Amino acid sequence: MKLLREHLQVLQATLRRLWLTPGASLLNMTIIGIALSLPVGAYVLLKSVQQLASSVAETPQISVFLDAGKRDPELRALKDRLEGNERIARVEFVSRDAALQQLQQSTGVSDMIGDLPHNPLPDTFIIYPKVTDTKAMEALYQELQSWKQFDHVQLDSAWIKKLDALLDLGRLTTAILATTLSLALIAITFNTIRLQILTRRDEIEVTKLIGASDSFIRRPFLYFGLLQGLTGGVVAWLLVSASLWLLNGSLANLTQLYASDFQLHPLTLPDSLALFAFSGYLGWLGAWFSVSQHLWQIEPR
Amino acid sequence: MIRFGQVYKRYPGGHEALQDVSFDIAKGEMVYLTGHSGAGKSTLLKLVAAIERPTSGSVLINGHNIRAIKREAIPALRRNIGLIFQDHKLLFDRSAFDNVLLPLQISGFDHREAAKRVRAALDKVGLLTREKANPIALSGGEQQRLCIARAIVSRPDILLADEPTGNLDADYSSEILNIFKSFHQVGVTLLISTHDQTVLQRFPARALHLDHGVLQQGASA
Repeated sequence: MKLLREHLQVLQATLRRLWLTPGASLLNMTIIGIALSLPVGAYVLLKSVQQLASSVAETPQISVFLDAGKRDPELRALKDRLEGNERIARVEFVSRDAALQQLQQSTGVSDMIGDLPHNPLPDTFIIYPKVTDTKAMEALYQELQSWKQFDHVQLDSAWIKKLDALLDLGRLTTAILATTLSLALIAITFNTIRLQILTRRDEIEVTKLIGASDSFIRRPFLYFGLLQGLTGGVVAWLLVSASLWLLNGSLANLTQLYASDFQLHPLTLPDSLALFAFSGYLGWLGAWFSVSQHLWQIEPR
Repeated sequence: MIRFGQVYKRYPGGHEALQDVSFDIAKGEMVYLTGHSGAGKSTLLKLVAAIERPTSGSVLINGHNIRAIKREAIPALRRNIGLIFQDHKLLFDRSAFDNVLLPLQISGFDHREAAKRVRAALDKVGLLTREKANPIALSGGEQQRLCIARAIVSRPDILLADEPTGNLDADYSSEILNIFKSFHQVGVTLLISTHDQTVLQRFPARALHLDHGVLQQGASA
């Protein structure tokens, strides 16, 4: 009870101090907010793209395009043979007419197709393999390529792999960004607290003289760092959310043209809470470094 | 309550501030510390409050040896000592009330109980009507009394006063010494440093006289 009351008192005093210097406080929060919004924004972007990628390719497929002019019995025999392969889970046949219909339904190209003199599309087998790891997929792909009946075999996971590599790059970039800007946040807090300690030197000295423990003296500074980091996190959240809202507005126009419903997902509740916790923690950490660096230098004489 | 045994204090640079100082102050005693400026009065008070540590010898405060006391144990020791400074050391960023409240905040008092105690302390030094004033708006005598209120608000066993009447005229001095007397009557141990002989004449009590860091024997009033 006593400890809780002490902490509440410190919290109150810290809020008052933030309130008393609105200019400096606002500036610091904005700087921290902007610094944090960059990695957070990048994270949101990555997450949205990743979700798009995984929804497109839940399971990797191999498409097999056939020479034109195959007859039904021949096709059935091929399908049976494919289904007999122990590495293949399921085989789906898409006739060239069905493929054309599908294409006509999708936007943008229907007019073009109407003008074509004949159907340029081949019959296709879509093969869902039992195995999904890259090596086994590659082996199956090689095997299918050796079949003479097939005009062209395409491993549909290839572009996913490229996308994955790109996403990895993005993740790494975000991580580097997050690390450097976190360090910046710690540095900003470190300096703010250093200045505060210097300006409150007399107060620290007097409180030490009348019996304040180190933790009592440290507490308001730690709270200040925590609150500054936390509010910086809130600013970052607002910046990212506002940007997403704006971007999604114009993105909707763009994706409509591609008949996609791709959009940037807003920060989820757990993500938001994690952001607040992290920014608060970093502020606290910066304050802690600063306090342990500077406070012992102030001893009453 | 306060026991010095063959205490030496040498500052870096070789200045010998105290030499072989030994004395005893019993619980509830009121003692003056006299001597010219630079005789070591302030150093002696700093040893009692654990602001400095002795170079050799033992300083026992309420059973704690200052020479060996752990850094973490100092705050608890100081909470039992009321310090009154010549330069007051008041905080000008808050009201008189909040200045006196500070020691109670440090010991984690309930706010309502703390407010009661602060008003009692302010009343004792005659500043109850000035509780909202900023210390900078108070006169020298009032600032000194505010400093006393802050020193006594947590009801310490020991009061240390460094030249409490140093910059004050005679009327103010008497006022402050009357306040000290009243603490003495309720059993507080007081150690008051002064170079003002008239104080000793008007409010006689035992006196420790320092001369160039050496305690003069038999000096008492």
